[in-house]
Amino acid sequence: MIKFKEYIKPKTIEDAYNLLTTKNAEIIGGGAFLRLSNRKIDVAIDLIDANLNFINEINDSVEIGSMVTISEFEENPVLSKLYNGFLKNVSETVLSFQMRNIITVGGTLYPKYGFSDLITALLVLPTEVYLYKSGKFSVEDFLKTRLEHKDILAKIVIKKENLKTSFQYIRNSEYDFSILNVAVSKGNEVKIAVGGRPAVAQLAYKTMQFLHGKDLNEEIIKEAAKMVSEEIPFADDIKASKEYRKKVCEALVKRALLEVM
Amino acid sequence: MKINVTINNEKKELEIAPDDILLDVLRRYGYHSVRRGCDTGMCGICTVLLDGKPVPSCSIFAARVDGHEITTVEGLPEAKELAKILAEEGADQCGFCSPGLIVNTVYLKKLKIKKIEEVKIKLIGNLCRCTGYVGQHRAIEKFLGVEK
Amino acid sequence: MKEVTRKIPKKDALGLLLGKPVYTDDLAPKNSLIVKILRSPHAFAKIKNIDTLEATNIEGIECILTYKDVPRIPVTRAGQGYPEPSPHDWYILDEYVRYVGDEVAIVAGKDEKCVDEALKKIKVEYEVFEPVLDFEKAEGHSSVIHPEKETHPMFEIGFDAQKNIAASYEMEIGSVEEELKKCDVVVSERFYTQAQAHVAFEPHSAASYIDMQGRLVILTSTQVPFHVRRIIAEAFDIPIKNIRVIKPRIGGGFGGKQAVHGEPFVAAVTLKTGKPAKIVYTRQEVFEATYSRHPMRYDITLGATKDGKLKVIDMQGLSDTGAYGEHALTTFMVAGSKTLPMYNKVDAVRFKGKVVYTNKVPAGAYRGYGAIQGNFALESAIDLLAEKLGMDPAEFRRKNMIREGETSPIFKIMGEGREGVDMVVRSCKLNECLEEGMKLINWKEKFPRKKISETKYRGVGLAIAMQGSGIANIDMGAAVLKLNDDGSFNLLVGATDLGTGSDTILAQIAAEVLNVPTEDIIVYSSDTDLTPFDVGAYASSTTYVSGNAVKRAAEKMKKLIIKEGALKLGLDESKVDFDGKYIYEINGNKKVSLKELATVLLYTENQKQLISDASYVGEESPPPFMAGFAEVEVDIETGKVKLINYVAVVDCGVTINPNLARIQVEGGLVQGIGMTLFEDVKYSPNGKLLTNNLMHYKIPSRLDIGNIIVKFVESYEPTGPFGAKSVAEIGIDTPPAAIANAIYNAVGVRIKTLPITPEKILMNLNKK
Ligand SMILES: Cc1cc2nc3c(=O)[nH]c(=O)nc-3n(C[C@H](O)[C@H](O)[C@H](O)COP(=O)(O)OP(=O)(O)OC[C@H]3O[C@@H](n4cnc5c(N)ncnc54)[C@H](O)[C@@H]3O)c2cc1C
Ligand code: FES
Ligand code: FES
Repeated sequence: MIKFKEYIKPKTIEDAYNLLTTKNAEIIGGGAFLRLSNRKIDVAIDLIDANLNFINEINDSVEIGSMVTISEFEENPVLSKLYNGFLKNVSETVLSFQMRNIITVGGTLYPKYGFSDLITALLVLPTEVYLYKSGKFSVEDFLKTRLEHKDILAKIVIKKENLKTSFQYIRNSEYDFSILNVAVSKGNEVKIAVGGRPAVAQLAYKTMQFLHGKDLNEEIIKEAAKMVSEEIPFADDIKASKEYRKKVCEALVKRALLEVM
Repeated sequence: MKINVTINNEKKELEIAPDDILLDVLRRYGYHSVRRGCDTGMCGICTVLLDGKPVPSCSIFAARVDGHEITTVEGLPEAKELAKILAEEGADQCGFCSPGLIVNTVYLKKLKIKKIEEVKIKLIGNLCRCTGYVGQHRAIEKFLGVEK
Repeated sequence: MKEVTRKIPKKDALGLLLGKPVYTDDLAPKNSLIVKILRSPHAFAKIKNIDTLEATNIEGIECILTYKDVPRIPVTRAGQGYPEPSPHDWYILDEYVRYVGDEVAIVAGKDEKCVDEALKKIKVEYEVFEPVLDFEKAEGHSSVIHPEKETHPMFEIGFDAQKNIAASYEMEIGSVEEELKKCDVVVSERFYTQAQAHVAFEPHSAASYIDMQGRLVILTSTQVPFHVRRIIAEAFDIPIKNIRVIKPRIGGGFGGKQAVHGEPFVAAVTLKTGKPAKIVYTRQEVFEATYSRHPMRYDITLGATKDGKLKVIDMQGLSDTGAYGEHALTTFMVAGSKTLPMYNKVDAVRFKGKVVYTNKVPAGAYRGYGAIQGNFALESAIDLLAEKLGMDPAEFRRKNMIREGETSPIFKIMGEGREGVDMVVRSCKLNECLEEGMKLINWKEKFPRKKISETKYRGVGLAIAMQGSGIANIDMGAAVLKLNDDGSFNLLVGATDLGTGSDTILAQIAAEVLNVPTEDIIVYSSDTDLTPFDVGAYASSTTYVSGNAVKRAAEKMKKLIIKEGALKLGLDESKVDFDGKYIYEINGNKKVSLKELATVLLYTENQKQLISDASYVGEESPPPFMAGFAEVEVDIETGKVKLINYVAVVDCGVTINPNLARIQVEGGLVQGIGMTLFEDVKYSPNGKLLTNNLMHYKIPSRLDIGNIIVKFVESYEPTGPFGAKSVAEIGIDTPPAAIANAIYNAVGVRIKTLPITPEKILMNLNKK
């Protein structure tokens, strides 16, 4: 259980950032994961009052503040309709209703959890991540970048485009982390992301390249699915073996591609 | 530190440590219906309403709820009706999980959810080891007026 | 019958549902010292040095106890009849630690914070030994887990600590070797079951204080208050009369609380300091340092003749009891004694094997208690045999299974830890269960499989099961009934309601005898000062054993009422009867109401307290039976199994309260489904349990269980109270084999190691 001496709710992200960089401090989003860690810090910085709980529709994109809870993807009229309910469907199976009412967009993306379903889904959408100090990243660059210093995730921006999407996962119990998850989107290009490897989600660039300019048919899909399972690295963890992940990856990619065909 | 919280419609000033967990504070102040079943956010037994929405009180720092409103099963008038239906169905066993389940289900009534599949999705975070869920579903269907 | 078979709500239902403070932690004295345990980080080690000085000096710390500060008397934590069939191999604290999580020191202080800090400041030097982590290599391992000389069994249980053997057993009827030679078809397979965790949602909790008479009072979440009293007396060498154990409401047990866990530690603190103390286990501690199910391995050989007659069963097992031998012998024997009698027409049957110590979480009692382990192996093997014979597995069972009025030599030979009792099965509707279940699942239509799509197949599978109703000649329950001035009754029982509703069922039984509404029976359970003895809630004993005691006590009470009523009416006893409201003249019109009689008896005439008591020990242990049918859908590209339907048809005699009987079966089924599909147990290479929280140890959620259909067949057990048998455990037994059989029927993959995960299925599908 995490221990600290002071609990502060800064009114602005600037104040939060100053605290974060001058003290032995941590940001609290929902706090759900943070609280499980066995650390001792001085200050807990709760962003709840820092005006980061916004959802704005601006032209062809949607801005989502880092303190927006995951349940908003189900309940907010803008978010729940985004990409025909794609993110709603993904969120609805994350953990539980009660937990979705507290866990946040920032707390999900910033630590780059490998098991996250939402990260995998966002990877195949035109998504940008805004950090207070380090600025703007595409979500795929954000996941690949090791930040030099602590930062605060301010918001994400999702562009609305005309994409077909699919999300697939495999779990043993429905109420569990995904052993593996796959997201696919198709507009002019096809994007394929694989998460729960168990390391953090990544795009299958080689396969995406292979599909460039091709029309999807069952033959090609089969080949592409196999390719993804060859190109993405997998590992063992408590939930499953590397070999199983690899096999299932092929099946899930195939299903996802068939859905967007 | 001190926090001001409205609990079950009563204004309270509570003395807490900065890293206290809401669940522990509620129990310390005598709200015994709030219980710890797992401590990792998985079981839903500690569910309370925070500003009207179900949340796991084991996963929230008490300091966060300063200035907010908490409702436990003791403060939910609709809880009695659901409790009666659960009892009549014989859907209750040890009762340890019941307050959390009731808090969440009463909230679903407000959402006017009528499909059993949706009910199950929304209640997935309320684990129960005794009943096997089946009786709970029979009772909850009645309470929510689920369409068959 | 008026009160029996009524679907009334549990007496404590509304209180529990609405969150009244009723559990141990709610009721512990407010000023209790907080007690926590320093636990071993090593799977096997000896404490070389332990320095508590710095920790003791932390502000708020009241005491820190190590093995040097507490009596060292070997006991068993298993809450069983005395003398226990479990070896006395446990000490309140010991210089050896035998698994990751074993107790090293007891820390008590004024709040959690100081105690947590003290736990970090205790310095322990260990001499670390090579642990025994693989139960198949435990026997004769160079590391001896219990080298100490004090450890001993209470009677012959095949104990050999030097070889890491906690118990062993062997029996044979006929000659397996000879009879196998005569068989046309033989199958032989090996099966494994895992160390399932109970996950009762109220964690183990206990509180203690010294009362005004200087006695030790323990408030605890236990299934066995009287055994707790005895074990604490033994471990601390204090007289039983100086201990009182109170059981408040319990948040589930399932066998996990059929033992002492936190009680000795709070008792040690209270005895040392004179102050109230309490311990509430964390969920992680419950996983790592209480009990699990005994993991077992069975080698099964079955032989049959061409015409489908089962001739031989050979079951050779190995069971892993972890660091301590609690319930070691008995769970092992139950794997045979609660499965083998189902096939009572064989010519030869053998059951043998050993229970070994390992440096892992101790195993203990868990609903099913060996029967589920044995059932998975035997009922999987029966399907293999039926297939080899080219027979429908339902047909094969029908041909070979036990019927009403029959017996099995196993009943006499195998009891629990000793010989059993000879008995004829007076009520057995197994055939009806099978027929009804086949109809409900639509067996004829669905067996063995249906193709749903290119990637999905559905299959059906079945298993049959039996349990017992208490342990014959051992389990004793007693009841006291007391008449109040308004004509209501107090029913005092030592039987422990764990949330099951047994208080209500016992009240229904008393009410039925007395012809009064159940609402007029006020039940109190259980408190070693106030209620009569009862072994506690285990071995499916409460309805049958304690229920029979209640029935007898009520019958005595009825006689007393008639006697006193007759006196009041000035008539001979033979001339009056009691109808629940009035004591009346049979051939006349004199009468007196129960209420009036009760009032005068207490206040005015012929004054006395009407009180009756009775005890009951079962001479038999009538088995409930059931047939379980699973319908699964298997995804051949991912290995994922979806449970579509589970049909359970049960013969538990008369259901005293049909609602409560049904929920016992439903709850048991879902735990069985969890063990079959989800509840995986993993250890690190150095013996730390990794599946030690609910993120990694997955019990079934409400979306994982498909459609569950429970039905009872009509049945009447002549020795049971109003025809009842037990129903608490039987529900858990069939899912492992029925689901494994259904998966095999769907996709041709036979999984022999639980749990059946998508990974195992897919990897086996790929091997084909
Ligand atoms: C028991 C449990 C089970 C889970 N199961 C699943 C699952 O099955 N599938 C799934 O997809 N996810 C799962 N999650 C993860 C969950 O979806 C969230 O990702 C996680 O809880 C973090 O959300 P939070 O808002 O509570 O973050 P916190 O716990 O508040 O924070 C997590 C980390 O991020 C940092 N942080 C938070 N916000 C910011 C910010 N704005 N800027 C910079 N840093 C920040 C914190 O300092 C901390 O280090 C699970 C979580 C838990 C606790
Ligand atoms: S105790 Fe909070 S979810 Fe289990
Ligand atoms: S009734 Fe016991 S956990 Fe649900």
